[in-house]
Amino acid sequence: MSGPVLSVENLQTAFRVGGEWRWAVEDLSFDVAPGETVAIVGESGSGKSVTALSIMRLVSSANGRIQGRIALEGRDLLALSEEEMRKVRGNDVAMIFQEPMTSLNPVLTVGFQIAEALRYHRGLDAGAAKAEALRMLDKVRIPSAKSRFDNYPHQLSGGMRQRVMIATALACKPKLLIADEPTTALDVTIQAQILELIKTLQDEEQMSVLFITHDMGVVAEIADRVVVMWKGKKLEDAPASQVFNNPVHGYTKALLAAVPKLGDMTGHGRPLRFPRIDPDNGKVEGKPVEQPDTVAATEPPLLEVSGLTTRFGIRGGLLGRLRGQVHAVEDVSFSLRRGETLALVGESGCGKSTTGRSILRLVEPSFGTVRFGGRDVTGLGKSELRDVRREMQMIFQDPFASLNPRKSVGSALAEPILVHGLAKGNEARERVAELLRKVGLAPEMHVRFPHEFSGGQRQRIAIARALALSPKLVVADEAVSALDVSVKAQVLNLMLDLQAELGLAYLFISHDMAVVERVSHRVAVMYLGEIVEIGPREAVFSDPRHPYTRKLLAAVPVPDPRRRALRRELAVDELPSPIRKLDWQAVPTALVEVAPGHFIRQPVDARA
Amino acid sequence: MSTSVHDAAPVAPPRLRWLKATIGAFNANKTSWVGLAIVVAVILAAVLAPVIAPHDPLEQNILSRLQPPHDDFYLGTDYFGRDILSRLLYGARISLVIGIASTVIAMVVGSLIGLLAGYYGGRFDVVVMQAMDILLAFPSLILGLILVAMLGPSVENITIAIALTSIPSFARIARAPTITVKERDYIGAGRALAFSDARIMAGHILPNIFPEILVMASLWLANAIRTEASLAFIGLGVKPPIATWGGMIREGFENILDSYWLVLAPSLAILVVVFALNVLGDGLRDAIDPKLKGER
Repeated sequence: MSGPVLSVENLQTAFRVGGEWRWAVEDLSFDVAPGETVAIVGESGSGKSVTALSIMRLVSSANGRIQGRIALEGRDLLALSEEEMRKVRGNDVAMIFQEPMTSLNPVLTVGFQIAEALRYHRGLDAGAAKAEALRMLDKVRIPSAKSRFDNYPHQLSGGMRQRVMIATALACKPKLLIADEPTTALDVTIQAQILELIKTLQDEEQMSVLFITHDMGVVAEIADRVVVMWKGKKLEDAPASQVFNNPVHGYTKALLAAVPKLGDMTGHGRPLRFPRIDPDNGKVEGKPVEQPDTVAATEPPLLEVSGLTTRFGIRGGLLGRLRGQVHAVEDVSFSLRRGETLALVGESGCGKSTTGRSILRLVEPSFGTVRFGGRDVTGLGKSELRDVRREMQMIFQDPFASLNPRKSVGSALAEPILVHGLAKGNEARERVAELLRKVGLAPEMHVRFPHEFSGGQRQRIAIARALALSPKLVVADEAVSALDVSVKAQVLNLMLDLQAELGLAYLFISHDMAVVERVSHRVAVMYLGEIVEIGPREAVFSDPRHPYTRKLLAAVPVPDPRRRALRRELAVDELPSPIRKLDWQAVPTALVEVAPGHFIRQPVDARA
Repeated sequence: MSTSVHDAAPVAPPRLRWLKATIGAFNANKTSWVGLAIVVAVILAAVLAPVIAPHDPLEQNILSRLQPPHDDFYLGTDYFGRDILSRLLYGARISLVIGIASTVIAMVVGSLIGLLAGYYGGRFDVVVMQAMDILLAFPSLILGLILVAMLGPSVENITIAIALTSIPSFARIARAPTITVKERDYIGAGRALAFSDARIMAGHILPNIFPEILVMASLWLANAIRTEASLAFIGLGVKPPIATWGGMIREGFENILDSYWLVLAPSLAILVVVFALNVLGDGLRDAIDPKLKGER
């Protein structure tokens, strides 16, 4: 067959919201050729996921309707009966989702779930299905597939679960695989493995892939052709190299400009603002300039953390005795100056968030000292702690969970000012207005409630709230991770401006290496609760010394198809667990200076 | 999925829109209006009893005793010749006063216990909630019976007894959402802003869990009215001759075989009020639950 596997013509999908029909996808047309990978890129609300659901006809008929033509190898899917459509799903088109945690049934073994798909779609008997399921587990490179067959989903890690999902999807040799943000919930090293797996399997099975993502880096890694969507409409449809090197539409240019690329910062000593590009015409407004030198290098450090250790007990048994401990943070030491940004990077579970929370004592550290402005925070009583906390604030990841839904924005911002008696009445109102202006929002917005703001605006409000008490240190815990690319760039620019204006010190906790490279002065890489490498940003990124840092950097997808990593057989490995028995003894290690200010963790030589 | 569809910011003032959406959701199930109407009617009847009652509820008239319903006495008369309709209207006052007072006491005390236990957690939580579980293990009627027997039957004591039986349920209802809400980032932000525990609980957690408590209260009000009637029926209610619904059933029970109306009127009154409150509670739950609200 030579025609396209999937051909979408004038697709329109609408949802009924409060009695009105709203278009989620408008007049979308594209083709997917055999063996081709087409990526649909867009920010939230662009209609990319709705497109995938429309192709699968998973839009509920009560509240949604699909118009146009969706042809799979010439067969119009929209004309099929529900019964025929059910045969198409799984057999001809398979889909994998973002959350491998929720798309597997927790009470059935993974082997059973794959075998079930085989029995149902291919009519195999129990024995043959089991043999085939085992072959599938091998195919998705799950180590020791035989022993994994009888595991329940909770016994597998996120990456392994996504592999199982892929095995289930591929069980019936579909012609088209739809992958809806399949790696978004995974760590970078795991993401690289899964992308590699999808590419390899695509070669082996000769199937087409429709890949839906918001991540330009992932697109560059995997896509042959790119469809850019914005507010339900298609803006661009071109081969990947053309989209990246020679984008036509202004929005695409703005989108690409907002994506930080690893390696962009070589030659820049200080953080760099993101360029602003008008999405309507693609003109650059304001060249990116290096930030002024904000670091107060001559003053004593604002924050000194030494030997910080936080462990959580795991209790079990009849009497609830301590059975083990999660070593979330182990012997972490660093210092931070006024006006400086120290980034804590690492993958999930490495203890970077717990470190941030331990410094503010939102979590009680087990050992170690945290000196802030010369005072030891760990030994403070309740009222003294309250004084110190005025100067240390935190911004959280989820802009939806970090604001109280039942408080108007104005009262949320006024509350800390009133509680600490910084201002009253009109003066307080004036300060709220000033805070809103400072984060780029209109002061008139103070009467609104959080649900009336977009994610980016909410994050601005959270920043404004953190600034209400004029802090010196702000701990930003994945503060931009949940935001769309263009919004992310704006919020990061705001944070850089505020640093230049107010001399703020940031502890910037993130898993995103490219963002970290852009905004930080110094970088600390965390692995299993320990800092394995710490140093000036340029040194860590251009000359990584610790093997884990190198691995992390290699796994970051680069938004440039020319630099698409050569096919490499990535090892299937997992992050080890930080849970230890009570009598566990650490291998003695120490930070060794390899260059001025650049340390890596090495085992202490037993002979020394 | 739905989040990706509507990104346009709405413009109406927030409180008004919230009210509209809430009424809309309440409206979805028409029977909730029936419940609300009945509850309002009963409250009005109780409040206006001195105005609308055709007779004095305590006036005995030997000549017109045990009369079936007719033009002078719309619901008949009892063994002492008192007008049943008037007694029913005055009885509603006792039922509602005891029901509402005991529910409010239980709501305040129980929610406070649940809020504290949920927020502080740890050993405090374990000890307090175990105590609540022990209370919960008693059937509420038995517990009420013991308490009234100990304290003596009066409006205050019956109110206290009924309140005590429903405190554990409110504690449970308040504790569960507290635990969910206290893990939210805005609570962490509040702690980082050095807010006191009391401020966080009262200003940030309570407004978020209050809807659940309110729904529970409407359902427990029905329960309290039933418990009061049951206590009165077994003779531990407010002392005669004051009219209460449970007491009327008890008095009428002796003549039930030849004068059915003695029992029928108060029984129906209890049935209708309990039904109305349950329907109202269901409607409130639908109206307040944002998950159900969005789906329409």
